[in-house]
Amino acid sequence: MTMKIVLEHLYLVLMSVLFSTAVGLPLGIFAYLYRPARQVVLWVSEILQTIPALALLGMVMVLFGAGKPTVIIGLVLYSLLPIVHNTFLGLDGINPGIKEAARGMGLSKSDRLFSIELPLALPMVFTGIRIATVTGVGVAVFATSVGGGGLGAIINQGIRTQNMRLIFSGTLTLMAMAVVFDAGMALIEKRMNRRATH
Amino acid sequence: MSFWDLYGQKLLVAIGVHFLYVLAAVSIGFVIALALGILLSRAPGIAKVALPLISVFQTIPGVVFIGLLFLSLGMVPATAIIALAIYAVFPILKNTYVGLLSVDKSLLEAARGCGMSKMQSLFEVELPLALPSIIGGLRMSTVYTVSWAVLASMIGLGGLGEFIYIGIATNNNALIVAGAIPSGIMAIVLSLLIDAVKKRVTHAPKKEASAA
Repeated sequence: MTMKIVLEHLYLVLMSVLFSTAVGLPLGIFAYLYRPARQVVLWVSEILQTIPALALLGMVMVLFGAGKPTVIIGLVLYSLLPIVHNTFLGLDGINPGIKEAARGMGLSKSDRLFSIELPLALPMVFTGIRIATVTGVGVAVFATSVGGGGLGAIINQGIRTQNMRLIFSGTLTLMAMAVVFDAGMALIEKRMNRRATH
Repeated sequence: MSFWDLYGQKLLVAIGVHFLYVLAAVSIGFVIALALGILLSRAPGIAKVALPLISVFQTIPGVVFIGLLFLSLGMVPATAIIALAIYAVFPILKNTYVGLLSVDKSLLEAARGCGMSKMQSLFEVELPLALPSIIGGLRMSTVYTVSWAVLASMIGLGGLGEFIYIGIATNNNALIVAGAIPSGIMAIVLSLLIDAVKKRVTHAPKKEASAA
């Protein structure tokens, strides 16, 4: 197994989390601000997640052809749910007293959102991003089925050729990646929460 | 010939097989998870070590699991069901454990004060109170399993994954969609069903109380 494949896997995960945050965060805010859209946004992100990852990638592939963009688009759709949900829940769960105080101080709606509500919701949003990242590491295994490479290629090759060493090296690398992301981001989360409560 | 004439029957069979995999795996997973969750809730010391270990274990991708089991057990439905059941365990186990631990301590005290044995307290106080959380875990497991069951076809065991795999291999959009949509619908219907059950069981005790 080469470093190139590990980096390829990392690239797929990081790009998809990046785009997923870029799409999911505004969607979560939109669901929070605009009541009628709330149910629709939350439902759509939930339905996307019920589609098997492989099928989702397959359908995206039909539209965009085999390759990395397909994998990234598929992963973005797949990891929207935790980010959208947590953004919404984080904003919705802010103590109403604080919102009231901000309104009482005469802050405009956008001022309230950007300088009060979003900073307070940040730890929750970050939890969503963490969930999306760790899930993404696992789902990206399917990338190889639609020509995206990554660790899935090693694992699939190992299974096809009944090569235990290959299967294990691919799997252990994958697990290590998931655990490192999970633990590292949990650490940042803890720090955010501590800052938020003080 | 229309799509339905060509694939209709195969699709129905695939939906049935897929559903059976999910049903078998989630049932087995549920029993194991419930038992383990109860045991771990009696021994929080062990749980603190065991739960993180299990969650690391959970990061092993399904492909690997099914692949390894396939190499040792061969191409039998049990391979797919065992692999899927193992995956179904964790969400239920975690929710059972958390649900049992978050039961109000004063209620446990009250149960003991009423002269309930440990078993009675577990079955008549703790488990009913933890039920919403346990069912929440069951819902999560079911939705995941519907999605993971696609992997069964990777080792030639049928289910909706067959349509998806063949569709991807032959670049046939209709086949991919024909596999994806029923499995999406299956996940949604099952989760709505479980939600309905949850609503019923969480409301039942209140009704009883008011009737008495």
